Amino acid sequence: MTIKIDVDMSLCQHYGQCVFEAPEIFALNEDDKLEYVAEADESLRGNVENAVDVCPMQAIRIVE
Amino acid sequence: MTAPVLIVGAAMGGLRTAESLRRAGYTGPIRAIGDEVHAPYNRPPLSKDVLATEVTHAAVAFPARAETADVEWMLGARATSVDLPTHTVTTADGHEHHYSALVIATGLRPRRLDFPPRAGRHAIRTLDDALALRAELVPGARVVVVGSGFLGCELAATATKLGCAVTVVTPSVEPMVRPLGAMLAHELRGRLEGEGVAFVLGASVASMDDDAVTLADGTRIAADVVIEAIGSDCNSEWLAGSGLDLTDGVLADNALRAVTVDGAAHDDVYVVGDIARFPNPMFDDVARRVEHWNIPTDTGRRAGAVLGAALAGDVESAASIPFAPMPSFWSNQFDLKLQAYGLPGLADPDGVRVLEGELGGDVAVGYFRAERLVGVVGVGLKAALLPYRQQIATGGTEA
Repeated sequence: MTIKIDVDMSLCQHYGQCVFEAPEIFALNEDDKLEYVAEADESLRGNVENAVDVCPMQAIRIVE
Repeated sequence: MTAPVLIVGAAMGGLRTAESLRRAGYTGPIRAIGDEVHAPYNRPPLSKDVLATEVTHAAVAFPARAETADVEWMLGARATSVDLPTHTVTTADGHEHHYSALVIATGLRPRRLDFPPRAGRHAIRTLDDALALRAELVPGARVVVVGSGFLGCELAATATKLGCAVTVVTPSVEPMVRPLGAMLAHELRGRLEGEGVAFVLGASVASMDDDAVTLADGTRIAADVVIEAIGSDCNSEWLAGSGLDLTDGVLADNALRAVTVDGAAHDDVYVVGDIARFPNPMFDDVARRVEHWNIPTDTGRRAGAVLGAALAGDVESAASIPFAPMPSFWSNQFDLKLQAYGLPGLADPDGVRVLEGELGGDVAVGYFRAERLVGVVGVGLKAALLPYRQQIATGGTEA
């Protein structure tokens, strides 16, 4: 089982709060831009949900 | 039937508490009551995108999750009193809500200036507040923002970008000076002025009429729109007479259990969000309210975890784990992107210095108390702040 992750890059302000919650998925690159993995194992769902919660722009969603 | 866990305050903190309760294994009924008619939504866009574009509730609403699908939301219902011994909350419609445990998450409301009503007076806290203001921020409108905190400065920036002529009136010596200190605040004022925002510092509003505000020194500033951003008051009046310590919000212990004026903590009453005054061992044992965006989520998770353990009969299994959330905040004003961690306001008067970069450009400013880093503010920097964030979390001194 995998989950699909989508970040609306028109909303994302690259604050990087998601990086603390799900470092397996999200990272800030050397230009301070967000990079992420669009698919992850179901076991990471809790971390990704936490990342969804802490995004001030509410730009992250799990595609069901 | 078992009485529900009653969450008073149906916004972000209440939602996160409900989700956390479910994650802690609580399967019983949860009821959330709130005075707003909208289901929980994200407030930061209210001072920015919601004013600039056609944004609806659906665009800012938090996603609903399956685990909380059975939470009973009673919206448009305002709590008016509580009786802790009988576990009863009464709402404005006279209904009595019995509960097994109570979560206090009623948050804040904007403080208002004490003047007679006039057209074009606004304060921003709710989605409906923002929608009402948006209709009046038309190009050429003369806007006076009273107050120069983050919210006031964001509103000034947004209104300026919409073509309004904006003046910020503030009693402060610099905008955002309390959280940022004079050095960075002065620099940021210069940048905002460069974008066209006018500031009147050290000033207070003495009166207002339909055309203008008049300052204490007699200066009249023409104003089609007046936005009051002078801080917030806690929605704690409904708790009067409960015996809880209502000095600046609602006092809680580190497990977020509400504390009485006698210093006793309730295992069945919790406090969540920016109304909660609680100690954070990342800094010291002083209970503080923190009005940052991350706090409703962090405190909601914590209260849900402890209450879930309490309802399962072992409160200490969760309460004994220290709760030390990292305060985080952000502010976008024109091209300025501020990001901060910790509590910069705790810094010693001479404890503010540039950590990297320089004031005129991208910069990280450190805030030290007794040589310990307690806050960092970045302008135009993000990943570079992360080591400082770590240093704040671990209580490390300057490297």
